[in-house]
Amino acid sequence: MLRLFEAIGVFTRNQIITLIQFVKLCNDTLFWIFVAPFTRRRHLKRESIFYQMVFMGIRSVSIVFFVTFFTGFVLAMQAAYQLKQVGAVVYVASLVAVSLARELGPVLTALVVAGRVGAAITAEIGSMAVTEQLEALDVMAINPIRFLVVPRVIALFFMLPCLTIIGNFVGMFGGYLIGVFNLKINSAHYIYITFKFLSLKDIYTGLSKTFVFAIIIAMVGCYQGLNTKGGAQGVGKATTLSVVTSFILIILADAVLTALYYFSNV
Amino acid sequence: MENREVVISVRDLEKTLGGLKVLDGISLDIYKGETFVIMGGSGCGKTTFLRHLIGALKPDKGHIYYANKDITSLTSAEIDNFRRKFGMVFQSAALLDSLNVEDNVALPLKEHTKLDDNIIKIIVKMKLALVGLRGFENLMTSELSGGMKKRVGLARAIAMDPELVFYDEPSSGLDPIVTAVIDDLILDLSKKLLITSIVVSHDMNSVFRIADRVAMLHKGKILQIGTRDEIKNSSNPIVQQFIQGKTEGPVDFFKKGDDYLTELVDK
Repeated sequence: MLRLFEAIGVFTRNQIITLIQFVKLCNDTLFWIFVAPFTRRRHLKRESIFYQMVFMGIRSVSIVFFVTFFTGFVLAMQAAYQLKQVGAVVYVASLVAVSLARELGPVLTALVVAGRVGAAITAEIGSMAVTEQLEALDVMAINPIRFLVVPRVIALFFMLPCLTIIGNFVGMFGGYLIGVFNLKINSAHYIYITFKFLSLKDIYTGLSKTFVFAIIIAMVGCYQGLNTKGGAQGVGKATTLSVVTSFILIILADAVLTALYYFSNV
Repeated sequence: MENREVVISVRDLEKTLGGLKVLDGISLDIYKGETFVIMGGSGCGKTTFLRHLIGALKPDKGHIYYANKDITSLTSAEIDNFRRKFGMVFQSAALLDSLNVEDNVALPLKEHTKLDDNIIKIIVKMKLALVGLRGFENLMTSELSGGMKKRVGLARAIAMDPELVFYDEPSSGLDPIVTAVIDDLILDLSKKLLITSIVVSHDMNSVFRIADRVAMLHKGKILQIGTRDEIKNSSNPIVQQFIQGKTEGPVDFFKKGDDYLTELVDK
């Protein structure tokens, strides 16, 4: 019995320490983004931000394309299956558009990016941590947060919404293919119905979530990377933990934000 | 000897890590321009000592003075200022994988100076030439051999023209010829550029080639400190055992034999 309490105690203590370290990392990151460029004249490195933007954004387009296209495709088929029974097949268009813009586009894109980019961030920083590279940065008086974390956070903050917009379009196009070629809805009519029910509100509530998701993916990825210990095995563990934590936090944040919009009638 | 300028002065350094007293009252002075070697067996605290010297660890007790400033009580911004004055060569070289050779050497210059990119390029070429790696600018670090990596690490360490260079086991994992090359480089740098070198090593050949003075660490204490010849002819049995690399001696590596059988059988 005592063992159990001891285990619970140790677990809670470790979780609290992790939380404090994570908050401190976020705090330091905000410092290096917003305060240090003015007080310490340490300007943000544009090159490395752009480099990360290319890696995180442009190189992720194909996989986001793939996932959201088939989501829209499947969504249209499933919706048509139900809507046929009430003779409202034409509303497949609006259903696909609204559910993608509000929910599926942002969340699926974030999950895909967490798997690709979040894992890459942790693996890269983590292997730097286990091969003395972070220590070397420290000894050269180069702050690892400024040098590694800040460009990644900024890059993903701007790229994830862009990827989501692409994802939304592509998903709707997937639905459109089913609508026009399988359900025989007139192309112009499909597009008309799509935009009739899709309001700007749907799009920006969806996109606003992606900024939060981006911060989650980048910060969790960097945190796990910076705290990697124990060689190659440690890097593997940290990467897994990074992706799993990102997934859970994305879903949680999505639930909270959606509830917020829902109850404030946005 | 006494009238030479002291660069680093360590007083009564103590540190306990994980319940074990790793450093137990270390005091020593390092003079300008000399090559000072810290040697000792694995786990004797030499790496921990080095980490204190570069400001990566804070001692429980004691002080380290550099240019009359106690670096154990500096803020992180002040430590960064101090760190710009020294270079460090890591055991694993610790080059950044994501950059090529040129960018690795240029990194401290790009981060800490406002020099023009063309000037930085020239400086990098000069530093690479010093370590015998002319024309290797565009290789990625993964394409280099262990000795080349270490030499790039050395070029990076001297990129900012430091007063002090720390070496963490410069010869580990290198063949004898490359070790000799690195040793020559260390000697060259201290002669040509008047750099003070602080080397952590347990490679005896290398130690006696480069050292002006040697400190032998044992169980967190300084066993003996002296010139290369004083250490070579030391009467201390532990020092002699270490220099000659014997398994028999005051430092027992193996447990005494008597209880071995009972330990094997007993469960």
